[in-house]
Amino acid sequence: MRGLQWFNALSAGAAPVAGLPASLKVADGVLGEQAVRFIAVVPDAANRFPRARQGEVGLLEGWGLAKAVDEAIASGDQRPIIAIVDVPSQAYGRREEALGIHQALAAAADSYARARLAGHPVIGLLVGKAMSGAFLAHGYQANRLIALRDPGVMVHAMGKASAARVTLRSVEELEALAASVPPMAYDIDSYASLGLLWETLTVNQIEHPTADDLARVSDCLQQAIKDVQNSGVRDLRGRLGAVNRAASSRVRELLREQW
Amino acid sequence: MTDLLNRHSFVELGARQRAKALLDTGSYRELIDPFQRVMSPWLSRQGVVPQADDGVVIAKGTLDGLPLVIAAIEGNFQGGSLGEVGGAKIAGALELAAEDNRNGVPTRAVLLLETGGVRLQEANLGLAAIADIHAAIVDLRQYQPVIGVVAGSVGCFGGMSIAAGLCSYLLVTREARLGLNGPQVIEQEAGLEEYDSRDRPFIWSLTGGEQRFNSGLADRYVADDVAQIRQQISQLLQQGLPAAQRSRQADYYLARLAALDAAPQIEPATVRDLYQGERP
Repeated sequence: MRGLQWFNALSAGAAPVAGLPASLKVADGVLGEQAVRFIAVVPDAANRFPRARQGEVGLLEGWGLAKAVDEAIASGDQRPIIAIVDVPSQAYGRREEALGIHQALAAAADSYARARLAGHPVIGLLVGKAMSGAFLAHGYQANRLIALRDPGVMVHAMGKASAARVTLRSVEELEALAASVPPMAYDIDSYASLGLLWETLTVNQIEHPTADDLARVSDCLQQAIKDVQNSGVRDLRGRLGAVNRAASSRVRELLREQW
Repeated sequence: MTDLLNRHSFVELGARQRAKALLDTGSYRELIDPFQRVMSPWLSRQGVVPQADDGVVIAKGTLDGLPLVIAAIEGNFQGGSLGEVGGAKIAGALELAAEDNRNGVPTRAVLLLETGGVRLQEANLGLAAIADIHAAIVDLRQYQPVIGVVAGSVGCFGGMSIAAGLCSYLLVTREARLGLNGPQVIEQEAGLEEYDSRDRPFIWSLTGGEQRFNSGLADRYVADDVAQIRQQISQLLQQGLPAAQRSRQADYYLARLAALDAAPQIEPATVRDLYQGERP
């Protein structure tokens, strides 16, 4: 429930946005002087889709995120969008595959990317899990990613059990490999070494943020927004440059030379 | 019968042959070809033999005389999975195509998608590359159509199924499968009752190319034939940008999902009826 805790803390006093699935929390609030839209995906025990009741990003969440972001774009004021990320996974289920969950998640990624291209600073704040397709739909299109430093904050492509099965390894073997191969690791420091984060922050009580925690995160969000606004850059090039992601830069250089 | 004999299978071709078959004769030029040996820096230390092109072919050329870039994924290498290098090749090519358009060069793009998604040996770098690919499709799509082709036999899964959903147009064959989660993973996460990964007819009935086309989740359903696939791509490119981008239909799909009785487990016909009723 970290996502909800941080959403509530950051958006205290803000106007909730109605007309969206109950698993989405959306509010128009302020950070400092700046009007922003906060968006979080939260557990909904009554979700009509049973495989999406624990905070997973499913069909309603994907299309709903798209709607929430599209509304912000339609406002025409380039207000910053803060995606509060605590998503354990995409929804795994028969209904989801049959009804095209890939298309629902595409809609969410589409809207976040268009918001960024339209000049909205989009900031992803990682307070819990940021897993795979769920993160691609909610957060990964952000101009800037900020992660709280905590063992419960992790980014990955697949849960350990499934990843072990697919790569024909035991969970222990997978963990041993992850310790020596940074992109395979589940911890936030290894992830930070890939250069994808703009900032990491330490807080006192990640489950129940204190006034200090809130002030620190709020300040960092405002800096990130200003950084985007001052840069004038609307693409994701700011994530390139880390030693552990050198090949991504090298490939782009070669393509440009040979284009 | 003569028709069958005259067909040339697209599905049986490798990534490089597919790209060649789609471009105007003599116009094919590969970027970062295998002789440059730009390989995954992550695989060998895990005991996996890397491949000289990392399983992705980037080809420039023309189709109907107009500039086209093709990104073709080789399904035979590591299940078409995307790692850092292969992912950066696709993202980087799409980024340059968008830049071309900003400079007045009308480069279009075709993605040949045979992929299980993120290469788990490069997990977070594959995921990051796929986010870059999503960003680049949405950018380029402002200027020119980006066409996704899922021909088979690997199909298109994971984060790259989201990329397929972002394309201006999506073309599938009967050999195609398209879905977010691979059958094994769904069975692992949700159980056999929910999804039996060994029940192939069941999986095809839900995620196969014909079902996706009949549910409005793909734009063209084509025979496995080089000439027909090429002709359909040419037509779609000439159409220009679609009147309605599928990934921008949130109101329509939310309304359709609201009309569904989600309690019973779902059947393929339910999806076709739900999504192919009144069109937006």
